Formats: sequence, C-alpha cells, structure tokens
Amino acid sequence: MKPSFSTRAVAFLAAAALLAVTACSAGSGTSSGSSPGGDQNLAIGLVAEPASLDFTTTDGAAIPQVLLGNVYETLVKQDDSGKIVPSLAKSWTVSPDRKTYTFDLVDNAKFTNDKQFTANDAVFSINRVKTAWTTSLKAAMDVVSQAKALSPTQLQVTLAKPSNDWLFRMTTRIGAMFSESGVSALATAPVGSGPFKFSKWNRGDSIVMVRNDNYWGSKPYFQQITLKYFKDATALNNALLTGTINVIGTVQAPEALSQFTSNDKYQVIEGTTNGEVLLSFNNSLPLFKDIRTRQGIRMAIDHKALLDTCWAGRGKLIGSMVPPTDPWYEDLTGVAPYDLAKAKSLLQASGAAGKTLRLRLPTLPYATSCGQVVKSQLEQAGLKVAIDQLEFPAAWLTTVFKNADYDMSIIAHVEPRDLGAVFNAKYYTRYDDPTLQGYLAAADSGDEAAQVDNLKKAARRLSEQAAGDWLFLLPNLMVADKSVKGLPTNAITENFDLSKLAR
Amino acid sequence: MILRLIERTGVFLVSLAVSSVLVFAFMAVLPGDPARVALGVNASDEAVAELRRQFGLDRPLPTQYFDWLGGLLHGDLGTSYVSKVAIGPQVFDRLQVTLWLVVAGMVIALVVAVPAGTVMAARHRKISGLALSAFSQVGVAVPAFLAGILLIVVFAVRLGWLPANGWTPPAQDPAMFLKQLILPALSLGLVQGAVLTRYVRSAVLEVLREDYLRTARAKGLRPFQALWRHGLRNAAVPVLTVLGLQLATLLIGAVVVERVFVIPGLGSLLLDGVSNRDLLLVQDVVMVLVIAVLLVNFIVDLLYVALDPRLRTAS
Repeated sequence: MKPSFSTRAVAFLAAAALLAVTACSAGSGTSSGSSPGGDQNLAIGLVAEPASLDFTTTDGAAIPQVLLGNVYETLVKQDDSGKIVPSLAKSWTVSPDRKTYTFDLVDNAKFTNDKQFTANDAVFSINRVKTAWTTSLKAAMDVVSQAKALSPTQLQVTLAKPSNDWLFRMTTRIGAMFSESGVSALATAPVGSGPFKFSKWNRGDSIVMVRNDNYWGSKPYFQQITLKYFKDATALNNALLTGTINVIGTVQAPEALSQFTSNDKYQVIEGTTNGEVLLSFNNSLPLFKDIRTRQGIRMAIDHKALLDTCWAGRGKLIGSMVPPTDPWYEDLTGVAPYDLAKAKSLLQASGAAGKTLRLRLPTLPYATSCGQVVKSQLEQAGLKVAIDQLEFPAAWLTTVFKNADYDMSIIAHVEPRDLGAVFNAKYYTRYDDPTLQGYLAAADSGDEAAQVDNLKKAARRLSEQAAGDWLFLLPNLMVADKSVKGLPTNAITENFDLSKLAR
Repeated sequence: MILRLIERTGVFLVSLAVSSVLVFAFMAVLPGDPARVALGVNASDEAVAELRRQFGLDRPLPTQYFDWLGGLLHGDLGTSYVSKVAIGPQVFDRLQVTLWLVVAGMVIALVVAVPAGTVMAARHRKISGLALSAFSQVGVAVPAFLAGILLIVVFAVRLGWLPANGWTPPAQDPAMFLKQLILPALSLGLVQGAVLTRYVRSAVLEVLREDYLRTARAKGLRPFQALWRHGLRNAAVPVLTVLGLQLATLLIGAVVVERVFVIPGLGSLLLDGVSNRDLLLVQDVVMVLVIAVLLVNFIVDLLYVALDPRLRTAS
C-alpha cells in the first residue's frame, strides 16, 4: 500500500514541476529582452527619474537632463569644450559698459504648439523666472533689470551691473525659452522649440521622446528615444547586457565596468563632468576656523589611493573647485600634497588630534564608499571620525544643508561653475572669506581676460586656504552598444543632448 | 454565524481606523521637509514656507488628518505634492502591476508547497522526505531579492532566455508580459513556497496522526485516497491562516522585488514617494497596502467558516 501512496504523490509533484518548466520555456523561444526597437529607435538607461517635468518649481538634475536642449532650447548654449555658442540667438553683442546685451534671434523656430518663436517669447521667459519660478536657481536672473523686444527677431536685455555669469546661466535651465501660450501644464505637458517632443511618461519606468519633424535646425537621427530609469546599478548593467537598453547614461558602479571593457560588443566612454566630490568642512565651527585643522585634514588624505579604492580609479584629481573644462582650470593637486607626518603635526598644533569629528554622509554610492576611506585615512593622522549616514535627499538636506548640523560631509557639487555658490557664508560650508568674494566680484564684472584671471586666483585661494578638500572629480562614464555614435565625452552641461546621437 | 460575521466586520473597521491614524502620525514625524526637497539646495526659507502653505502643510495636524480621511472616504486620494498629478489613478495603475506579481507569486508558492509539503509529511522518515525538507529550509533562508538576483544572473544574463528586467502591460504585448513576469514571480513564489511547504508539512503530519484517518484506512482506503478525501480539508484550515499572513509578506516582498526587476508597481511608487517626501502619496500607498492586508485577513476569517462546519454552528 505504502509505495502506491508515494508514487502518486511523486507523480503529482513531477506534474507540478513540469508545469513550472513549461511556463518558463514558453518565454524562452524568442530572443531575450524587449528589443529597444529598430534602427530608428534608441533606449538609454539613466538613474534618477524626474519627480515632475516642471523645472521651474521642482529642483533636481533629472528634469533638465531630459528636457533642456531636447525639448526646451536656450538663446545660447555650451559646446563640448565649455564655450558659449549660439542656439536660438544667431549672434549677440555686448555694450561697452557690459550691461546691455542685444541678441539677434533665429526667425524660423517654432514651438510644438505651432506658435512661432519671437523676441516676445524670450521677454516672457526671462520675466517669468522672477515671477513664477520657485526654485533657488531663479536668483541668477535677479541681475536683469529689463528685457525688451526691439523687433520680432531682436531682443535687448539690460543688466543692473555687468555680469559674465549671467550669460553663462542663460545656457542652463534658467535660460529655457517657453511659449507664452505653452506654460499651462509644465509638469505634465512641456512645450518647447527643440529637436524632440515629449511623447509619453510611464511613471516609475520611462520617458519617451519623439523627433520633432518641424524642427528648425538639423533634424536628429533617431525617430524615438526612450529614457529608462533604474534605481539599481546592477539592474542598469543587466539591462544593457540583455539588450533592453543600448546606452548606460551614467555608470553607477565603476568597479563593474570590466564586464563591458572585456566585451567587443560595447564601447566605454570616459570623460569629465562638473561634479567635484567635496569633503566639506563646517567652517563656522571653532575647530575649522583654524587653518591648521583644515590643511592637516587635506594633507592626511592620499587622494590617489582614495580614488583607487572607492571609485575604481576612475575620475580626476583636481585640488580645487574647478573642472578641467572651465577656462580658468589649473592643476592644483600640488597645493596640499599627501604628507602624513606634516598632517599629524598640523592637527596636533590646532588641537584637533584626538577629537571626534562627525562625518555625516548622504546615502549616495560615492559618499558611502569614499566616506570609509576618508575615515580610515584621517584616523591614521590622529583624528577620530564618527560616520553618520543620512538619507538623501530629504534627511541630508535638512540636517547638513539647511541646519549645518555637521562637522564634515561628502557630496558631489554637480552644478556648473559653482565655486562662488558653494563657498560663501550663507551656504552650508559657512565659508566667510572677503578676499575670495573680492576675486569673484572682479571676475563677474570684468572682461573675459579679467574673468579668467580672477577665477584662477579664487580657485587657488580656496585650495591654499583649505576651505574644503576636493577628493576627486566624478568621471563621465558611459557604456553603449558599439554602433551608437555621437555620445558626448564630457558631461559638463545640465542636459543629455539626444539630437547628436546616431547609429 | 451572523454574530461572528458582525464581530469580524467590526474588528476590520476598527483596525482600519486605528491604522489610518498610525499611518498619518508616522508621516508627520518623518524627518525631512517635502517643500525643501522640491525646491532643492539654496532655497530661501521664505520660498520653502510659501510652498509649505501651498501644500497645506502649515495647517494644524488634526485638520490635515481629517481632510485626508474625508478625501479617502470619498475615493479622492488627493494630488501629489511633487508631480502635481492626481494620486488615485497612479495608485490604481501601480496596484494592477503589483497584483499580477502577488497573484502569480502566490500561485507558484501553492503549486510548489502543497505537493512538496504533502510528500514531505508522508515520507518524513524517508530519505526523499528529508531531502525535500532540507531543500525547503534553504529556500526559507533565501530572501526574495537574492533569489531574484540569482535568477537574473542565470536565466537573463548567462542563458539569455528571459529579460533581466522591465514591465509590459498584458494588454499591450501578452507574450512580452509573460516573459517579464516569470522571473519576478518565481523569485517571490519560490521563497514563499519554501515557507509554505513547512506549514503544509506540519499540517498534513498532524492530520496523518488523527483517528479518523486511521478509520478511513481501516475501511480499506489507500493512504493517498484517505488523505485526499478526509485529510486535506482538515489540513487546509491552519494552512489558510498562514496563507493570509503570507499574502501580506508577498505584498511587502513585491516592494523589494519590483526594485530588483525595475517594475513600476506599488512598491516603486512607494519608495520614490518616500525619497521625494511626497508625503500624501506615501500616506495613500501605505493605506492601500494596509487595507489590502486587512481585507485578506477578513476574507480568511470568513473562509474558516466556509471550510469548518463546526464554526458555523458554534454560535
């Protein structure tokens, strides 16, 4: 009797197993992955999904990454080498007092709501920054005292004081040109004049852009580009390995790059960004007011070893707050070279040795992994370091950023030309330095040569004063199918330019 | 029986009310300001205060709570702080995705657990039973996300049989839908199946020792027949309780598995909401999850009555 029971039971089990196997193989017949589409389609894997499509009221890099340059255009834009070049403005002139800018606009640009782009739209967009924008970036437009349309294709902007920075900010989202009748649903239905149209947003998954066939400039190659979002670095890698996407827009786990470098199906692109990974000091604390503490910490860090350990050696050592793509870049890594003995004596002299410093880290991959290395290197120099992880963005923003309740932190400042914004008394670095402010003011109001000269001085000042420590510059790391062309080597603008991509 | 029904309904409603207060209170004490996250670095305190006013966060907490509750009762989940989109339709869309996962996971768990648990019980002193037992222990120890990662590495990256991640609605492309469903459903189902197997095993073992089963054997039924006719229904009652609890675990497991497989379900909506401090959205999603779990328990309570005639006459 007994055998017959188990025989049946085993048969039942086998049937169940068979069912499961059949279910599996049902899906295995055809090729793997959702094909990213034919020759005219492309899928790009990115990390941060926008929370909204309205960058006038919601901050974050994810929205301009998708929309700027692709859906919205600016009067002027930055090319790959960092130079300001024409976009919706064919050309521009600056008055001798450097306060009046006159822009000649293209006459054939059209918004996707079929309205012509004119100087009136430009005036509307510039004025709207002051009236309707809520994000902090809008402050860059405060210097404008008047914008007026001289003709449908000529715009005149008057500044309250000369500002080189203003023209540069016009290449960022602040300079985006909106249609007067196209701002009713910015969060869900953006209207721009760019080479792509926003088509569809599958929340939590992807944003689909289609080519704007009425685009006034040279039309993009791809008919449709899907931007897919992956929270997890491994999932992003797997999506490329299995053909769900064609491009990894930003590699989040450089230590896993070898699986692509060793495979000739893929190309790996490595360049620079604007993302200075800063070990920030709370300069308002008595301990950090002593320059010996700050210099001691800088000299206690072996930057080369740190980069190798926590970011797989990818990235660039910079030594100050300027990326190599800015015209005033100088290699300042020699200002405070690694010197453990000197670091120890500086920290001893300032009284920091033996004290416990709170290193409050945001929960971001580079901060978490580099934080451990910083801790162990500083402890070798005689400091005690207590690591404290704060959820990013919410908890970190409130604790470190707003309340400056921290001793040290690590964050990548990815905004372009952010030296002046990051190192001032109001910012979380609490760095109050009239000499630095003097250089910055002179740079903003002078001509181009004076700007370069003064910003060089400012960068050197920061490095010599050890206002923070620049661990490294985040690399622009992309992996793509070999056939994809036109990917940018350097990622120095706010946007991911989709119009240059081709196969 | 009617009394029992009223009692269970009462418990269900009170639990709902209490959990709504708890969910709201947790959101209120969560560190991080939604307005500051939306406005980002450098935002002035005035701008943040203004946005808090627009979000309605400056009102007294009880007012906020009752507004929210009133909205819920009318089926209005409000508008997201961040995306400015109505929350109701979003939650509904995402819930459909997650339900597919949970249901598919449950089916796999049952298909694995019922036969395996029965065999383990029937052969609990034999090598085959012990081997199955050991195997299920391993399954219990593996978390669903790890199972997911392993499945991806083997079936998607190495063998290339199935997609590594992604989601396609069934109406859009049924074949792709099934392909993308298999791995996440397996990683949820196999792990839950391993847990469930242990319960099926002990329930069946219990039943095998009962007098009525011996009587049934004495009448001349073969062991499997006896178990099939008299045993399984009795074994089903404790298993059902566990099943109810497991549905809740599956819902939570789905949150993590959705992340691993990049599936736009309720779990990823919840995690994104938390990270953006889209408090109203988080509150709504958590409440929907709570309602789902309570509802399942309520239904399980009712099913006891259907399965066990003794409960029907007890009152």
